[in-house]
Amino acid sequence: MPSWCTKMKKVARKQVLLQGNEACAEGALMAGCRFYAGYPITPATEIMEIMARKLPEAGGVFIQMEDEIASLGAAIGASLAGSKSMTATSGPGFSLMQEHIGFACMAEVPCVIVDVMRGGPSSGLPTQPSQSDVMQARWGTHGDHPIIALAPSSVYDFFELTVQAFNLSERYRTPVILLVDEVVAHMREGVVLPTRDNLEIEERPRPTVPPEWYIPYADPGTGVPTMPAFGDGYRYHVTGLYHDVRGYPTVRTDEVEPLIHRLFTKISKDFDRLQWFDAYETDDARVTIIAYGCVARAALRAVQQAREKGLKVGLVNLKILWPFMRRTIVEVLENSAKVLVPELNIGQISREVKRVNQSRCEVATLNKVDGTPIKPAEILQTLEEIYP
Amino acid sequence: MREPTHLVHKYLRSSKRFPHIWCSGCGIGIFMQALIRVIDREGYGKDDIVLISGIGCSGRLPVYVDFNTLHTTHGRALTFATGIKLANPRLKVITVMGDGDAVAIGGNHFIHAARRNVEITSFILNNNVYGMTGGQTSPTTPYGAITTSSPYGNLEPDFDICRLAEAAGAVFVARSTVYHTRLLERLIGQALQKKGFAMVEVVSHCVIHAGHFLKLKSPVEMMKWQKDNSVTVEKAKQLSDAELEGKLVIGVLADRERPNYHEQYHRLHGEKSKA
Repeated sequence: MPSWCTKMKKVARKQVLLQGNEACAEGALMAGCRFYAGYPITPATEIMEIMARKLPEAGGVFIQMEDEIASLGAAIGASLAGSKSMTATSGPGFSLMQEHIGFACMAEVPCVIVDVMRGGPSSGLPTQPSQSDVMQARWGTHGDHPIIALAPSSVYDFFELTVQAFNLSERYRTPVILLVDEVVAHMREGVVLPTRDNLEIEERPRPTVPPEWYIPYADPGTGVPTMPAFGDGYRYHVTGLYHDVRGYPTVRTDEVEPLIHRLFTKISKDFDRLQWFDAYETDDARVTIIAYGCVARAALRAVQQAREKGLKVGLVNLKILWPFMRRTIVEVLENSAKVLVPELNIGQISREVKRVNQSRCEVATLNKVDGTPIKPAEILQTLEEIYP
Repeated sequence: MREPTHLVHKYLRSSKRFPHIWCSGCGIGIFMQALIRVIDREGYGKDDIVLISGIGCSGRLPVYVDFNTLHTTHGRALTFATGIKLANPRLKVITVMGDGDAVAIGGNHFIHAARRNVEITSFILNNNVYGMTGGQTSPTTPYGAITTSSPYGNLEPDFDICRLAEAAGAVFVARSTVYHTRLLERLIGQALQKKGFAMVEVVSHCVIHAGHFLKLKSPVEMMKWQKDNSVTVEKAKQLSDAELEGKLVIGVLADRERPNYHEQYHRLHGEKSKA
């Protein structure tokens, strides 16, 4: 069982047929999401529709906003008022959200953003699968900032990683992005969902000192300051400007630099914990495929077929795209003669793989940007061509 | 002097490094003082108030006062305010925006917040110019005005913020200038009591960047201009359109009842949880 997966108690539970987007909504509700603000966009709309139906029953709030900028603004506001909150969109809306992703990074407000990717740029390919927002997730908002992005490759993954997205967001007080492709968002699979008791649900660190002692952005040693809700009696200031430990705007060099470093290190100190992947047949693999999302599904089939033909190939299915899992990838690069990175974009994760490669091995790519998924046969063919 | 001293100690943050960033003679301080007086008089609890701003000179207001304060992005204060009010309806949510902030970059959020009618009390400090960035044309800069971004004269007609708010559905719409402080305080009090989206346009002055195109040289002259160019709603009813040309109509311009969003939502939510 991989480290990122929920360890379920052995109790007989019913299998249910769920769509990826439905699983996401179920995961959000189970993680404690009680606020959703969104704007309709294909292929993410189902998440919004389900939340509109289910949040009132759960005692939460749903609102359809006037655009995606407003959606994330409202989600951040709700989070500051103490609610776990989320929004979901696709590429064009994700572009609009970048302004507030930066705000959430800077002001350290937990929130979850689902981007069901479509081919871009611009309106692009609204109903076709794509993985072309990987770099937008990393660097879409301006300025140096840390980011966490997760990539599910099955309906169950989408459920599980949505729960984990909330956990990471609360733990590190940072926006967390779920990068999903249309295949995973729209396909239906039989899944057995854990109960709430089986899940570890994390909450943001709350202040334990009385309000008069509270210093909102002081580092308690974990890198993550404690966070009260507006109305709790801890009156403090929140801004997107560089701020001192009290939250007040500053341009002092001895306050600016420690802040940006803390924003990075609060996550980077845990890099070892943030190595989430599924590995198949990697022990003796001469060629290892590094894939994520729906491409990892095709890659798994291709690995099985290649093994039948006697080729020693394996697969590493990435669950975290950002921060880039350097440790895991370096291990793969060191233990393989060749690495293949198939992606539904022009080469976004392969670029990162090459960056950390440092001539350890040969990195091959397989890129498809015509709006159709990569087929197992295409990966198998490439494997046969590059097999040493 | 007892009252101001008492209010300063009670409402300004002792931990914040003063002085404030506003220029001498700026009108924002007059508004801030009026807001604090009304909040004190009406007895709102400091823990229950969330004061939210966008970007610009007005955006810096919340940091000085001892409430839950939030300095958001340019034009988007109302989106954060919407999320806060819906997540915790017990909170008194107040936004402070500038003219460029609220009706240029934030124009879409503004009309939809008014239409949606979430209970947010919003104040738009209208100084007819982008002050912080150095005096560029805003949507309320007069036609023909010479600014740093319209060096040959502004070709755009200006927005009437109150008419915009009224047309978009705000349940309370009012205007005052910072000269008319007693009226301003009365309007702030009425707006805070309104159970829906309330908007007060606070006509202010930027002596540094707007004085020159209004041909006014000092804060005193600018405030005299506010006095001389304002007519009350009552008096305006007796004047013709031609006589009202270039005048500021001050007072309550709209005050009506309409169900607000969050009360309807939470009523629905109550029914849903029983079902």
